[in-house]
Amino acid sequence: MDNLKQVKHLYARAGFGADFAQLHNQRNWSAKKTLKKLFKESEEVQPLAAITENLDLRQLRKDAAEGERKAIQELRNQQERALNAAWMKQMSTTNAQLREKMTLFWHNHFACNIGNYYFQQQLNNVQRMHALGNFKTLLIAVSQSAAMLNFLNNQQNSKAHPNENFARELMELFTLGRGNYTEQDVKESARAFTGWAHNGKSGEFVFKAGNHDDLPKTFMGQTGNFNGENIIDIILANKQTAKYISTKLYRYFVNETPDETHVNQMADVFYKAGYELKPVLEFVFTANWFYEDKNVGNLIKSPVELLVDITRRFHVSYDNPDVLLQFQRTLGQVLFRPPNVAGWPGGRNWIDSSSLMYRIKIPSTILNAGIIDFAGKATPEDEAYLASQRKQQFNVIKRVQANADWNKFLEGIPLKAQREQVAAYLLEPPLNARIVAEVNKAADIKTMVIQLVSTPEYQLC
Amino acid sequence: MKRRDFLKSSTLASGAFLIPAFLKPFESMAMSAVSGYKNLVIIQLSGGNDGLNTVVPFGDDVYYQKRKTVAITPNEIIKLNDIQGLNPNLSALKEIYDQGWMNIINSVGYPNPDRSHFRSMDIWQTASNSNEFLSTGWIGRYLDSNCQTCQNPYTAIEVDDTLSLAMKGSKMKGIAVQDPNKLYQTTREPFFKDLMHGPDNDHLHEDNLGYLYKTMIETYSSADYIQKTSKTYNVVAPYPATGFGNQLKNVSKFINSGLNTRIYYVSLGGFDTHVGQQNQQGRQLKIYGDAVAAFVKDLKQTGKLDDTLIMTFSEFGRRVEQNASNGTDHGTANNVFLFGGKLGKAGIYNNAPDLANLENGDLKYQIDFRDIYATLLKKWLNVNDSSILNAQFTGLNFV
Repeated sequence: MDNLKQVKHLYARAGFGADFAQLHNQRNWSAKKTLKKLFKESEEVQPLAAITENLDLRQLRKDAAEGERKAIQELRNQQERALNAAWMKQMSTTNAQLREKMTLFWHNHFACNIGNYYFQQQLNNVQRMHALGNFKTLLIAVSQSAAMLNFLNNQQNSKAHPNENFARELMELFTLGRGNYTEQDVKESARAFTGWAHNGKSGEFVFKAGNHDDLPKTFMGQTGNFNGENIIDIILANKQTAKYISTKLYRYFVNETPDETHVNQMADVFYKAGYELKPVLEFVFTANWFYEDKNVGNLIKSPVELLVDITRRFHVSYDNPDVLLQFQRTLGQVLFRPPNVAGWPGGRNWIDSSSLMYRIKIPSTILNAGIIDFAGKATPEDEAYLASQRKQQFNVIKRVQANADWNKFLEGIPLKAQREQVAAYLLEPPLNARIVAEVNKAADIKTMVIQLVSTPEYQLC
Repeated sequence: MKRRDFLKSSTLASGAFLIPAFLKPFESMAMSAVSGYKNLVIIQLSGGNDGLNTVVPFGDDVYYQKRKTVAITPNEIIKLNDIQGLNPNLSALKEIYDQGWMNIINSVGYPNPDRSHFRSMDIWQTASNSNEFLSTGWIGRYLDSNCQTCQNPYTAIEVDDTLSLAMKGSKMKGIAVQDPNKLYQTTREPFFKDLMHGPDNDHLHEDNLGYLYKTMIETYSSADYIQKTSKTYNVVAPYPATGFGNQLKNVSKFINSGLNTRIYYVSLGGFDTHVGQQNQQGRQLKIYGDAVAAFVKDLKQTGKLDDTLIMTFSEFGRRVEQNASNGTDHGTANNVFLFGGKLGKAGIYNNAPDLANLENGDLKYQIDFRDIYATLLKKWLNVNDSSILNAQFTGLNFV
C-alpha cells in the first residue's frame, strides 16, 4: 500500500477522515509520522460545557405541581438538544480527532442513558479526559461518576440492601465479558461497592462509610476485606480484561470479525503497559495487518460517524443544529441515548432497508440544504416530554438549513487532480468500474461529489 | 435497446440474470396461496400506557383510594363485569368487545421489571430476560428462522419511517413502509436507480459492501412489489382522520390487497403521563380505540378478520398510586389486548389485578409476555417458538 492510502486509511479510522488538502500535503508521510501528529493534536482536552444547571435539584420536591413538572420537561429537552449539538459540533470541528473518536468509543463501551444531562456531560468529559490515558483510571472515574452511579443503581447499593446491578455490568460489559465470572462473584463484589455514592448536587463522588459492608468477601478465589478499588484491581489483574477491551478496540478500529492472533498481540501490549491505552493504539495503527486490503473500507460508519464525516469534510454549519438530532433519530443512534448498557450493537445492525435509504439521501440533503420528508421515531425516553407538551411526535424539521462551504472544499482540491483522484479521496473502498462510470458521467465536480456521497461505498470507512 | 435499458428491464424484473446466487431473486418465488394467509398486527403504545385507567378496576376500592384525582368516575366507565370496565374514551371498542372480537389479558409483565422506558421497551422488543441484552428483535428472529412463509423483507412491515429493533434479525430484517408510494418513488430516483443497474457486479460479495448493495436491491424490489400489489385495493371503510387511523388504514390496504406479509407493526406514542394524565391519556386512548374499532370492522366486512390477530402492548404500566402532578409514574405489569375474528377466548382472560397485593406499590405480574409471544408464534404463525424465544414457554389459549 502506498503512503497516501495509508495516511487516508489512518485518518478514516483513528479520526473522522482527512481534509483533501491535508491528505495532499501528507501524501508522502509514513504511518508512524502521521500517527505522531494525530496523538500530538489530541493532547488538548476540550471538555463540553453546554450544561450549567443540574435540573434534578429543581425536581427534589416530590409534590411538584403540574406546571412545574411540565416546565422541567421542557428544560430537560433543551438540555438534551444543547448537549447533543455541542458534541456533534466538537467532533465535526476539532483537531483532536483521535481523542474524540476514542471518546465516542468509550461513550458506547460505558453506555449510559439517564435523563440528567448535567451528569451526562460530566461522564462524557471524564471519558474524554482519560480517552487516551490509563484504562484503570478511566474505569474508576466512570464508576464513580454520578451518571453511572445513578444509571446502575449504585446509589441504592448499601450494606443492608446490596444492589448487584453495577457489579454485574462492571464484569459483564466493562471488563471481563460474559462467562468469565460467577454469580457468587457478582454478589460478593456488589458488597465491596456498597457506600459508593455521589452527593446529588454537584455529582461529586462520596464514600459513605456507614453504608459500606466491611466484612470479608470472597471474590474470584481470593478472600479479604475488599473495597471497590480492590475488586477493580483483581479484575484488571486478570488478563481476560485486556483481551476483552482489545477485542472491542479491534472491532471498532480494524474489523468487525476479530482476528484471534492480532487481538492476542494487542492484549499482550495492553496488559504489559499496565492498561495504558496509547501503546496499544500505537501498536494497532502501525501494525502491517491494519493496512491489509481486507481491513480497508470495510467498516460501516455509525450514524454519528456518517454525520460528522459529512459535516467535517464540507465544513457545514447548521442554522438549526436540531436537524442533526432528527437525523440521529432517523438513523437509529442518538448520542447520550444508547438502547441499553450494552451500547449500540453496530456493524450491520445499523443497516436496514429504510435506514440505508436515508443514509444515502441525507448527505445530499445536507449539501443541497434540501427538503426532509422523513422523521425518526421518538426514543422511548422522549415520551414523557412529548406527553407533557401534548404532542404525539416531534415536530419535523422540513428544511436542513445548512451551509456547506463548497469554496473551502473545492480549494482543497489540487488543480491538477483527476476526477478519479477526488473520488478515491471521498470513498474508502477501492473504486470499481461502476463508480468510475458514474464519476466520468457527472456533469461537473459538484454533481460528482454529491453523487459519490450518495453511494453505498460512502457508508464505509 | 441500449445496454442500460436492457439491464434495467432484465436484472431486477426477471431475477437471476446478473445477480449472484447468494442474492436470492425473490420475484421469481411462487406466490403462496393468498387465502388462509394469517396476519399478525402488533400495536405498540409507547411511553408506558396506564393500564389501570384503560381497563379500570372500578370494583376495587383501593383504586379510588390511591387515585384521588386521576381515577375515572364510576358512572363514566363502560362496565365489562363487576370489577373492570373500559375508559370512556374507548367507547368505540364496546361493540367490538360485545361481538367477542376482543380479549383482555391482565397483569402481563416479566420477572425483575425495569422501570426505564428504553430498557423495558428493549426487553419487550427483544423478548429478553431483564438481565440480558439482545441485539435482535423477536420478529427479526422469526424472519431469521427461515420458515416457509418468511423469506422476504416484506414478510414483516412496520408502518413507519423507521424500523424498530423488534423487526431486526441477524440475517433478515423487516421493512419500514409509511407510505408505499413514497417508498417506491424514493427508490426510483434517478441516481438510486443508476446505482442499482451499474455496468458490473463485482461489488456483490458477502462483505459489508455486498451487504449494502444486497439491502438496496431488496429494498428496490420490495418497494416495487408493495406498491404494485397494494395499489390494486382501495380501502372503502371509514377511518378516523388521525395519523394512527391512517396507519391502520394502510395495514388494511396491505392485507386486503393480498400482500404476502405476515406481520405488521404500528406504534402510537404519547402515553408517558406523569403530568395531567386524564386529558392526555384520554386523547391518546380515543385515537387508539376509534382507529382499532374502524380497522376491526373493516376487516370483518372484507372477510379478513378471521385471518387476522391484533395484539396491543405497552412497555410497562404505571404505579397504582398517582403522583402529586395529577399523573402517574412508571410501574410494572400491564394489560395486553387481542383482537380477532376467531379468538380462543373472548372477553377478559384472567383475574383483574390484585391492588391489595403489591410489590413496592406496583402490580405483580401474573403472565409473562413471552407466553403471549410463544402463543402467537406457535399457534398463529405455526413456527417453532422456543428457538425464536430462546426458551420454553407454555403459552396461553387465546388462539
